[in-house]
Amino acid sequence: MKKMVRRILLLTGVLFMFPLVAWAADEAPTIASNADAIKAVQTHADYVWTLVAAALVFFMQAGFAMVEAGFTRAKNAVNIIMKNLMDFSMGSIFYWAIGFGLMFGATTTGWFGTSGFFLSDFTPGGDPWVLAFWMFQVVFAATAATIVSGAMAERTKFVAYLLYSAVLSALIYPIFGSWAWGGLFNGSGWLEGLGFIDFAGSTVVHSIGGWVALAGAIVLGPRIGKYTKDGKARAIPGHNLPLAALGVFILWLGWFGFNPGSTTAASKDIALIFVNTNIAAAAGAILAMITSWIKFKKPEISMTLNGALAGLVAITAPCATITPLSSVIIGAIAGVLVVLAVLFFDRIKVDDPVGAISVHGVCGAWGTLAAGIFNIGGTSAKIIGVQLIGIGAAFIWAFTTGFILFKLIDATVGIRVSPEEEAEGLDYSEHGARAYPDFQIVSATSAVIGSGGMSKEVWPSILTAPEAH
Amino acid sequence: MKKIETIIKPFKLEEVKDGLSKIGISGMTVSEVKGFGRQKGHSEIYRGAEYTVDFVPKVKVEVVVDDEMASKAIEVILAQAKTGQIGDGKIFVRSIENAYRIRTGEEGRKAI
Repeated sequence: MKKMVRRILLLTGVLFMFPLVAWAADEAPTIASNADAIKAVQTHADYVWTLVAAALVFFMQAGFAMVEAGFTRAKNAVNIIMKNLMDFSMGSIFYWAIGFGLMFGATTTGWFGTSGFFLSDFTPGGDPWVLAFWMFQVVFAATAATIVSGAMAERTKFVAYLLYSAVLSALIYPIFGSWAWGGLFNGSGWLEGLGFIDFAGSTVVHSIGGWVALAGAIVLGPRIGKYTKDGKARAIPGHNLPLAALGVFILWLGWFGFNPGSTTAASKDIALIFVNTNIAAAAGAILAMITSWIKFKKPEISMTLNGALAGLVAITAPCATITPLSSVIIGAIAGVLVVLAVLFFDRIKVDDPVGAISVHGVCGAWGTLAAGIFNIGGTSAKIIGVQLIGIGAAFIWAFTTGFILFKLIDATVGIRVSPEEEAEGLDYSEHGARAYPDFQIVSATSAVIGSGGMSKEVWPSILTAPEAH
Repeated sequence: MKKIETIIKPFKLEEVKDGLSKIGISGMTVSEVKGFGRQKGHSEIYRGAEYTVDFVPKVKVEVVVDDEMASKAIEVILAQAKTGQIGDGKIFVRSIENAYRIRTGEEGRKAI
């Protein structure tokens, strides 16, 4: 028996030698095939870096969600999370169906693309680069969409927000995007044709989001109790500042995908972009802290957090074409600007619970201008002029389309919840849920407006109504 | 029987509890409350807007004791809860009509 088994094993081994020998006798490498193989390594590295960066930018959605939840009241936390979840989910679908084609499709006009809808550029078995590129671009579109949810927090009807989110991902963001970035794929835009510099999207992503947010905050109106009759701002403190801080750290981390990832290539260039990104954030945080310290006699947490984000937004356009020293200056100025902008918008009674308009709109514009001023190859009136054209075009496009959109939504489904729903909290009225079921989150003795403090001055419409709670 | 209700500064709770247990009072009810008397609140600032926090966190301790124990308990609380600063709190004394121990059904002095 044993002899039989040994014979079978030997025979099997011999039989396997034949294909082995044949395989080893494949063609010897040539210079051409080596060159191809080396190019393939670079291509594969490009894919890896672009998709890792896309994952980092995706994680910024968690950052935005935590910042917004932390800066608003506990009774609205579920609503904040739902809006953020849907910004990304609906954004993914609408950008796949419509947005990507408008932004990067072939174009004859230079104003919007007309191909590539539903990812039609991809055929199974074909070049998958369009998939990697789409993945990277969709997380950028979702970033623009979620900027608006912060400015419109605590009083927006959920269905109204969903409608806005779809239109932004499908139309508003990609059309402007095509003007500045269409040439990165199949398209081409009139703005990039002028030489507009916006490497990772201070304007394309952040200003577009910021100015649509401005339109939304204006159409909505301020939260009940935010401004006194003489126009002074009342504090409505966020319910969880450590959560907001966690959000900022997550955004900072994600920005290491946002900026260096925009090379969409694995190259040594990403090192300078990493450094510029980090330095600007740090400078922004420090200068915002100092500015708040001078203005309010104490270093203020929410302003300092906004300052880090302001630096990050501002550096997003110039990050590939400036020196680290310039990053310090750009980030520092953004840190000062954001504090002044927050105070300004309160003075003109535009209620922005998280400072989204100041961080993304204002500092996005500053960063785009700075890209022209601090351009590593030298600046000129023409370069700065083109930057200004882009900044202006973004404002006109985003604010106008945003304003019209929100007015339309208001006229159809209504954009704002009722005062009673706003007092109760959107978690209950829009979602039938509580974010913190184990905790007493509404306190009659809390200093927070609308979490207690039901003074007649603040809630006259509710307290004088017969069915008042 | 007397109920002794005292409002104290939160960080004094441990000392008051230990002091009461040393004289034989081993049961109490504690709640976290807010209030103010002569100690006003303070003002805070958030994103450039100032606001006042009127109510100061305090702790309320409630004990029910025999009439004879009441003055000893009050002495202990006065000694342990005092800091000398505004906001030390108050003690209120009330008569209790009756008391019951739920587990056994005992009534009156046996219940406390």
